[in-house]
Order: sequence, then C-alpha cells, then structure tokens
Amino acid sequence: MSQAIVVDDVSKIFRIATDPVQSLKERLVAVGRRHFTNFTALAPLTFSIDQGETVGILGHNGSGKSTLLKCIAGILRPTTGTIAVRGRLASLLELGAGFHPELSGRENVYINAAFLGISRKEIGSLLDDIIDFAELGQFIDEPVKHYSSGMYVRLGFAVAVNLDPDVLLVDEVLAVGDEAFAKKCIGRVKQFQSEGRTILVVTHSSDIVRQVCNRAIVLDHGQLIADGKPADAITIFREHLHGTLIDDTPHRSARVHLDEVRVLDHGDDQVRLEVEVMAVEPTDGVMLSVEVTDKGNRLVYRVDSSQLGMPVHLDEGSTQFAFDLNVSPLLGGTYPCTIRLIEAETGRLLDWHDLQTGVNVTRSTAGEGVADLGAALLRRTHPVDHPA
Amino acid sequence: MSLHRTPSPTELTIVAPRRDVITHLREIVSYRELLFSLVRKELKVRYKHSTLGLLWSMIQPLFLLLIYSVVFSVLGGGIPRLGIWIMSGLLVWTLVSTSVTTAVQSITANGALVGKVRFPRAVLPTATVGAALIHFVLQFSAFALVLLVVRQPVDWAYMWLIPFAIAALVLFLVALGMMVAAMNVYARDTQHLLDMLILGWFWLTPIVFTYGLFLKYLARHDLPDWLPMLNPITPAVTVVQRAIYGKASVNGTSVLPDESVMWYLRNTAVLALVAVVMMYVALRVFDRAEVNMAESL
Repeated sequence: MSQAIVVDDVSKIFRIATDPVQSLKERLVAVGRRHFTNFTALAPLTFSIDQGETVGILGHNGSGKSTLLKCIAGILRPTTGTIAVRGRLASLLELGAGFHPELSGRENVYINAAFLGISRKEIGSLLDDIIDFAELGQFIDEPVKHYSSGMYVRLGFAVAVNLDPDVLLVDEVLAVGDEAFAKKCIGRVKQFQSEGRTILVVTHSSDIVRQVCNRAIVLDHGQLIADGKPADAITIFREHLHGTLIDDTPHRSARVHLDEVRVLDHGDDQVRLEVEVMAVEPTDGVMLSVEVTDKGNRLVYRVDSSQLGMPVHLDEGSTQFAFDLNVSPLLGGTYPCTIRLIEAETGRLLDWHDLQTGVNVTRSTAGEGVADLGAALLRRTHPVDHPA
Repeated sequence: MSLHRTPSPTELTIVAPRRDVITHLREIVSYRELLFSLVRKELKVRYKHSTLGLLWSMIQPLFLLLIYSVVFSVLGGGIPRLGIWIMSGLLVWTLVSTSVTTAVQSITANGALVGKVRFPRAVLPTATVGAALIHFVLQFSAFALVLLVVRQPVDWAYMWLIPFAIAALVLFLVALGMMVAAMNVYARDTQHLLDMLILGWFWLTPIVFTYGLFLKYLARHDLPDWLPMLNPITPAVTVVQRAIYGKASVNGTSVLPDESVMWYLRNTAVLALVAVVMMYVALRVFDRAEVNMAESL
C-alpha cells in the first residue's frame, strides 16, 4: 500500500515576543532590542500514513495536534522537515472560509473549488451534487450573506466532501448543522473510508477515534507519545491525561497506599468494592474515587468520596472502605473498574488499582450500549370503523 | 454520482520550510484557475448592486476627460488637447496606484482565508493587480472610442509598443505588490506609508507636467537627463503618451523626447528587465514572509 502522507522530521517553533510593542513609536525605539522566546509547538515528528487509513490525532489543548494538522494542510509551514501529501487534499477546517458574503452560493462554490485547484469546467457536473448535499435548493443563487449559519456550514461541508479529495483532514467539526445533517456527514466519512481514501481526524474525544479510526496518534506537548491501534492509544492518552491533570506517576509514598481491593457481589443488582488503605500515621485530606468503564474504555460512571460527601480519615494501620454500586441500570457484560487514592488538596494521584473484571453483570438483557432502558415494544390496532 | 472513483493520487504536494524561486513560481502558475476566480470575484463584488456594473469603470474616465477638456478650454493654458494628454498618462497611473494600494492590503484583508486554506499566498496580490489590469483595459477601450470620435491623430508607428510597455509594467507591479503585501502583514504601517508615498510618486511621473518640462528643469540645474527614467513608471507612461498624443513637441515646445521608436523600445526593455529582477527578489522575499503569515494575521 502506498503512503498518502509522509511527515519527515517535522518541527514547528513559534517565536513569541516577550515584550510586545504596540505602537510605531515603541517599535522604533525598541528596534534590535526586542526579546523573543521560542515556543516549541511540535518537536521533530516522523511518521507516515498509508493510503486508506483513517487516523485519529488525539491530544488535549496545546498538545500541538492542530498545529500538526495545519502543517499537513499546508496552511503553516514547518520550521524544519518536510511533509509530502499524495493526491488532492481537502480539509474540513475551512468550512466556508473562502466565501464572500456578497456573492451567490454558486459563485462561492466556484471560488472554493478553485482553492482546491479545480476549474470551473470540472466542477460543472459536481455542482448539482453539491447543491443536493447542502440541501440548499434555489437558495444557491442567493448571496451567502442571507444564509443562516447552518446553511453556510452545510455548503462549506458539501464543497469539501464532494470535490473528490484523496486525503481529507477533519478538525472536530463532524457535528455540523442539525442532527440529520451530522448523520449524513458521518455517513459520508464512512463512505470515504470504504472507498479507500485517507482521512485524518484531529480531536480530543476518544469516542470519535474509537468510532471511526483504525489507527490513532497521541500527541502531548508536541511529542508523539503513542501511535497504534485506537484502543491502545486511547489507553495511553487517558493515562496521560490523568497524569497531567492529577500528576504523572502515582506517588507510592510509604505513608499511604492501597492495600487490597476486592469485589463482592452482594444481591442481584448490588456490587460492593472493598478497599483497604494502609497508612503509617493518622492521615486526613485524601480522597477515594471509583471509575467504571465499559470494555471499549468508555466512561460509564465516576464518583469520588468528596462528591459523596464523605471525608476519608485514615487511622494508623489499615482502614477499610466499601463502595456500594447499584448496577441495575447496566446492560449485561463486564465493566473494568479503577479505584484511585488522591491527595485532596493537590489532586496528586497517590495510588491506584485496576480491576479488569471489575463489575460483572450476568443478567441477560436485550439491546446494546451502556444502560438498560428496559424498552418494551407495544402494539395496538385501531380497526377502521365502517359507518353503518 | 461522480464520487465513485478509485483514488489514483498522482499529484504530490510537498510542504517544506522554504522553496526555491522556480518551485514557488510553478506553484503560483498551477493555481492560475484560482487567480482568474479571484479576479472575477473582485470585479463582481465591486459592482454588485449597481445596474450599470462594469460600465462604471468606463464612464468614470470619460467624465474625467470631459472635465479636463472643459476646464482647460475655459481657463486656457497648457498644451492643446490637454484632456487627451492628461488622460493618456492618467490611465496608466490609475493602473499603478490601484494595483499598489489594493495589493498592499490583499493579504491582511483576507486573514480568515490565509489562516484556514492552503494556496500560494502570492496569488492574492497578483489577483488585485489582475483586477486593476482588467479595469485599465476597459477604461482604455472607452478612451480609444473617444479618440476615434474626435479623430485624434495618433502615431501608429509607436502604437504597437503599448502592449509591451503595459506587460512590463504589470510584471513590475505584481512584484512590487507581492513585496508590499508581505511587508504589511508584519507592519501595518506599510499601507499608510504607501498611501502617502503614492501621492508624491504621482508628481514624479510625467502626467500633468510634461516630460519636456522635467528635462528643462534638469538642464537648468546641470542634472543628467536620464534621471526621470529612474522612475519605473515613466517608460510605460511615455510610450502611451507618444503613441496617443502623436507628437513629441507642440508649438516648438518639447513635451516628449523626440526620439525614434527604438529609444522607446529600449526603455521598455529596461523596464522589463528591472521587472524580472524585481520579480525574482519578490518571490524570494515573499517565500520567506509566507512561513509565518498564518500566525501573524
């Protein structure tokens, strides 16, 4: 399989003025004496994406994922390294960016297409598809300044996906317009996948990655920290996310740690998680949390002791706690759980314990998803009354 | 539906920190369709909601010609057919000033586009010069019509030089436009400075004052007579004037250099050469400036 995108040793460094000057006078006075600091948005990255892959780029805000996408799109240029893209590239970061308010939708389609290197002649046959897809009807000949924001975005999306791109870049905008249109967009992306086109999705939602991608790349502070199967990458991303939010590695301090975690089934719909915490001296100011996910790592439920209004006080030696969970709303299946011990004031992760089997719901239930909404299908007939 | 196509990607796009002049130029040329689209857009937007539309760009110079002719025939003074003299220079000047003043803002005014869409940014200033050129052609055709009506004795021996002079001038303007547009991204003072400089530039070009008057002044102060030619607009303006006005001197006073076609051709060639060198510099400068354009808007 041939490579669609090759990122070779790409870095991006922004120069930021530490003493920004506003006026011409200040600028003249400060000539040659301005101070800059370098901000590394992307550390040198090297990877390639094969034709036909759907790759999610995961990262939280400031991880450099958007900078990377803009470099691949050719909007920004890297400080070092090169990016090669094979085939026509369309990006969904630009929905309607090239539109001129005074011109009609039709005229704007021509201009938008020209940005993708498509001539007026070539677009002729595609125009009807675009108008259809955007659901604009006769509005296509109205100036776009009269469009609603939904129509505007719809037209932008319709142009991008109908102009036959080989590589599509998406920046978390799949939910455009109303729900029906969003569905249509996801449908189109899936169609692109089946046609063997290359798609790159930038997002901080692991759900989107799980739903549409077959590979994921995780960025953090401009560094590539994971590249592989979505499930594995998401695990690393989530651990990293908690790491940055709470802290990097658990501080397995000698002072406190989780000693033992047990699962006790306890009635039909009740599960008890028993936790034993060890402390070398009486300790306050810690929290316990429980997190339940499904097998795909989707969060089902999370709660901590402070949300439950229960202070955690540890005596010297071991203290026992138990979380009672009501699992009756869950569908049948296995749900991994994580127990965390956190320092309340700083949010530092002190210790954690993963239970892969976690909660086991053996009830047989119909349907899929997470929660059992206990659907019932009713049927009622209304015989036609024949007038006498 | 046209979408059922097996992707057969052939084009290879490279994003690199820098590119050489040839690659840059090739990229701009490959986006010519966008260039035409943008020129069309400029013209369309300008005359949106007006019934006469593009006719306005023809009516305006005709009205100006009428004013000059009436005012100077009433007040007297100047050379005969002063209206035609001024118009032949002024149309070229309008091309210059419109190109430069619109090109300087072409990138800063399209911030949303530059921040979100990939395309060679040099297309933007080029498109504004293109739109100015279309206006020039329209205005010049209207002017030509008047010349026919008033039976202006044009000099056909010089007429063929006009397209070459305008082509060289346009190349120069594209190069200049690219440079000032790039500068304006990083220092918005450029556009204001340019608005001011262009006023002075006008009077350094033989449009209202004749070239002959410039020469007289230079001779009086023992200055070399090639000095006015340092202004790159002068070669183009004098070619148009020589062809349209039809003579180099009136009533014994010289208004234009009384030289052969070859002399005017040489000036045009020098302008073309200057323009090519400028273009090379502009492509290099612009490429350098383009690296951080999207973040600087």
